[in-house]
Amino acid sequence: MQAAPATAPPALQMTGMTKVFPGVRALSNVDLTCHAGEVHVLAGENGAGKSTLIKILSGVYRPDAGKIVVNGQEAVFRHPLEALRAGISVIYQEFSLLPDRTVAQNIFLGREIHRRGRLDHAAMNASARQTLETLGVHGQIAPEALVSDLDVASQQMVEIAKALSLDPQVLVMDEPTAALNPTECAVLFEAVDRLRARGCAIIYITHRMHEVQRLADRVSVLKDGELSAHFDSLPEPSAIVRAMVGRDIDTFFAPRATSDQIGDVLLEVRDGGNARLDAINFTLRRGEVLGFAGIQGAGRAALGMALFGDTPLERGQVILRGQPVRITSTRDAIAAGIGLLPGDRKAEALALEQSVLDNGMLSARALARLLGSHRSNGFTNTGRMSGLLDKMEVRAPDYEVAIGSLSGGNQQKAIVARWLALAPEVLIFIEPTRGIDVNAKAGIYQLMRDLAIGGAGIILISSDLPEVLGCSDRIVVMRDGTVAGEFGPSPSETEVMELATSARHAAA
Amino acid sequence: MSIVIAPLKRMFESRRFERNAAFYLLLLAGLGYVLIAVATGQMQYLTLDNLVSILGRTVALGITAIGQTFAILIASIDLSVASLISAASVLASVVMNGDPGMIVPAILAVAVLGAVVGLINGVLIAYFDVNPLIATLAMSLIIQGILSAFVTNFAGDVPEGFQVFAYGTFAGVPYALILMLLLALGAWFVLRHTRFGANIYSVGGNPAAARSAGIRTSRVIISAHLICSLCAALAGIYLASRLRAGAPWIGADGVYDLESIAVVVIGGTVLSGGRGGIWGTMAGVMIFSLLDSIFNLTGVDAFVKQVLRGVIIVGAVALYSYRSGRIAA
Amino acid sequence: MSLAPASEKPGRSRWAQINPVYFVLLALLVLIVLQNPRFAEPTGYMNFLKRAAPLAILAAGQLYVIVSGGFDLSAGSLITLVVVGSSMLTNNDPNATAWVIAVMYAIGVVVGCVNGLVVTVLRVPSLIATLGMMISLGGLSMMWSGGSPRGYLPDTFRFFGRALIRDVPVIGLLPIAVIVMVVSGLLLWLLMSRTNLGRMIHALGDNPRAAQLAGVPVLPVRLSAFVVSSLSAVTAGILLGGFAGVSTDVGTGYELQAITAAVLGGAQLLGGRGSVPAAIAGALTLQAIFTLLNFMGFPQPLRQVVQGLILIAAVGLAAYRKKQGAG
Repeated sequence: MQAAPATAPPALQMTGMTKVFPGVRALSNVDLTCHAGEVHVLAGENGAGKSTLIKILSGVYRPDAGKIVVNGQEAVFRHPLEALRAGISVIYQEFSLLPDRTVAQNIFLGREIHRRGRLDHAAMNASARQTLETLGVHGQIAPEALVSDLDVASQQMVEIAKALSLDPQVLVMDEPTAALNPTECAVLFEAVDRLRARGCAIIYITHRMHEVQRLADRVSVLKDGELSAHFDSLPEPSAIVRAMVGRDIDTFFAPRATSDQIGDVLLEVRDGGNARLDAINFTLRRGEVLGFAGIQGAGRAALGMALFGDTPLERGQVILRGQPVRITSTRDAIAAGIGLLPGDRKAEALALEQSVLDNGMLSARALARLLGSHRSNGFTNTGRMSGLLDKMEVRAPDYEVAIGSLSGGNQQKAIVARWLALAPEVLIFIEPTRGIDVNAKAGIYQLMRDLAIGGAGIILISSDLPEVLGCSDRIVVMRDGTVAGEFGPSPSETEVMELATSARHAAA
Repeated sequence: MSIVIAPLKRMFESRRFERNAAFYLLLLAGLGYVLIAVATGQMQYLTLDNLVSILGRTVALGITAIGQTFAILIASIDLSVASLISAASVLASVVMNGDPGMIVPAILAVAVLGAVVGLINGVLIAYFDVNPLIATLAMSLIIQGILSAFVTNFAGDVPEGFQVFAYGTFAGVPYALILMLLLALGAWFVLRHTRFGANIYSVGGNPAAARSAGIRTSRVIISAHLICSLCAALAGIYLASRLRAGAPWIGADGVYDLESIAVVVIGGTVLSGGRGGIWGTMAGVMIFSLLDSIFNLTGVDAFVKQVLRGVIIVGAVALYSYRSGRIAA
Repeated sequence: MSLAPASEKPGRSRWAQINPVYFVLLALLVLIVLQNPRFAEPTGYMNFLKRAAPLAILAAGQLYVIVSGGFDLSAGSLITLVVVGSSMLTNNDPNATAWVIAVMYAIGVVVGCVNGLVVTVLRVPSLIATLGMMISLGGLSMMWSGGSPRGYLPDTFRFFGRALIRDVPVIGLLPIAVIVMVVSGLLLWLLMSRTNLGRMIHALGDNPRAAQLAGVPVLPVRLSAFVVSSLSAVTAGILLGGFAGVSTDVGTGYELQAITAAVLGGAQLLGGRGSVPAAIAGALTLQAIFTLLNFMGFPQPLRQVVQGLILIAAVGLAAYRKKQGAG
């Protein structure tokens, strides 16, 4: 890759970017420079500040301090439109597509082609087809198709096409391969190469090492809102990892279970299935952390929700403590001793305006009658919950404040306390460290291990593969809604990814 | 049994069914009407003239519903249309007061009224973040309160020249019906063929995406409410012409707020915004009108009719909401 | 981790934590007394409380639905049905009162259950569901009475709305309606703030999905909120039946007044926050505003205008404060 001539100003230069949210310093003094015709990889753990930086760059947030210079000109973005006009285009991780509109309508969202006030659908379809051609996916995606009729990978391609059709000078891609299989990834990488050759400056966010190796011209690593490392050429993967985590991996995760800590079989699923899942077979023992790996859409979260009775299994058998059980609702699951920490804390776990105490006691109260402890676990016994919250080291001014005012890690601990009040034997953690800072993560890992040592069985479902690899005593790999295989402790990342994607790989 | 039920169930759950449900329901309602007319031996109600007269009775609801479609497409709602219809009818007939020369000023005055109401609704929702239900409900209270403070019964007088609007026909088709259809055509064109229309769908479907694509969402919201209120004002003028005078209760009497929402929803426009269209709404209006006609054919008591109306509205919304799988509150 | 007591919260005085509706109510009452000194006498304020009692009870019931995340627009038409239905059933027989009241509460339970089931099982937004119920109940009242009910309920029935206990020490006289208001308010307050059900209603309104995944039984909890609202409407209807004659518009507009009262009391629309005493204070505030407008010679319909403005102001202010708080 040849760099741009030294005389030309960089396509994008961000200096001293700082952003403070109530209670959190999301970014402090971060510099990032990106030249035309280069791919600059931005790496970092979840919650390291990557998305905050991107949202500032795209005009969604305004920085508290710092300067943005685009092509040598200082720029202030008060509105996303201004960032777009400056030639900055962002592909967000969460899709910003309209499911009920066509591919072409989505690609031209907000800047439809029109002639004398009348939309030119034909021109938009033609132009969309051209853009899809540059991506090499025009065969699979028709401009007239409804987005909701496309699979996740195609939707991702539409997102990219949408950003591309703006002919941006700076293109930001936020973990664009999260939902793609290797073939689709290869197509994407080729598209990235093509854009680089055309002189586009690309900021590529990922924490997957093989992507860094395949694409990066330069690498910057964010950690806890600060720039922890910068490399002007491709560094060793281990150097990147160290900069991301801030310490050696070994001490980051809690130690694995010793053989005497693992007990008898607690939960067994035989041939489980429902609309999303099929032929699910696995066992969970007391004292172990069982990790579930797989690419996005493989059915890991669906399995968690099925075991918890939210979208129950319709086929097969669930055997808990040697007894077959039928779980058709979340209340069944809770009564049977199963708890679940949902992946999207804000949307699925927290009643944001209620107090920490009320959030902690919610399940105990909801199940009070069913569990026959109407009074003792109920409203009258807030002391017990306070004790649990103390034990979990939830940091709050007091437990009467709204839980929404706490940090992500403390919220997560309060939700764990919610379950501990009911002493469940199976605890399902879905994406337990999403949006939690690195130090709090280690606390959550230790907590899962402590619960396992205490005799519970822990199911860990996470899209963060290093996390699954680092925490689990065994790993079940899922693919296309079914169990693809199983590994003992510490398989390699490559082994797991190969199994997680092999069938689709072969089919494609 | 299952041989019959399974395909039916599959059809009911398919997306194509959802997209065309309004037209299937319209077909069903039409069939029901014909069957009942035949069964009760009232063949005189099966003529083309009668079809036109059934359609003619839909004009006020139809015009209001066209506006309501815009509000609902942007994931808002307008509960102030009924009061606005009453206010518009009174304002029109009081300004005209029997003088044909005042027809144009009256129409202008009503247009201004509609624009002001729509603007306030839109600004409250877009800039002050007031929940649309509450903003428009409160607006309804305010309009109705001011109106009732001044008039309690028929007010003003619509000159004969203007009654043509409601009663005149062209080749047997009422002018008002033609106007409604033209309005629907215009709305369809706007929604399908203009950037503004595309923006309406974008803002309703995914406001965050719309904003990050550079669409000024506040303006789109305000415009949609402007259109909604202007349509309601037009419906008010039509009713004044039809009743030959305005009255402070005609909007509430026709339950135009709830009925316009119901026909829009039956027409396949989802309350969460971003999906639907005008022709579905028109089908919904016709379904309601056919149901009314069926009630008339069977001679259902007016009060029973009211009870059934409530049940049907909720049932119609349930038809869609039940399948959405969302938790409602 | 130590637990700091709530009172030591820095930068927040005890006064700032009191709901502003109480100050507004106090100020309005002072204004009324200044306008009309007779209001400070027992006949004055007791009459005021008596007039406000139905709305206060209704607002406290409506609060349950609001906190659970919905609206109950059928409350006003249920009041009408109660008054009309009672007059048809009692048929001027003073001995019928007891069982007729029992029947009315049964109707209330049915109406609340239907509302709750339509919302939870059929997933119809409560606004539409209860508006539909409002229309249907309106039609039912008309059907039952043949369109034009007349006359008065028997005196035994009107006792609750009309009767006074005289020669009460300190306060002089005490209307039964006020006793009903205090007792219902107390019950509803206890149910909301001192039971698991109350906390679950809060959580459900705050985040229904989270509540469901925490094991909250969504259907029974939401159902009870609607049933409480309906029962409070029946109670309000019984009181209103004592105030005036029988007609088909006794309850008209009460549902919106109740919502306004709850919002005045700081309840958050679409759920999660609200207090029964504050909603009752909101109802008294609304009644005080109406009384004041009356003294100042405003025509009756303008009440609605004021009510609309209050609603917009209260909700707009809440939205603004939330935005500020979110930074």
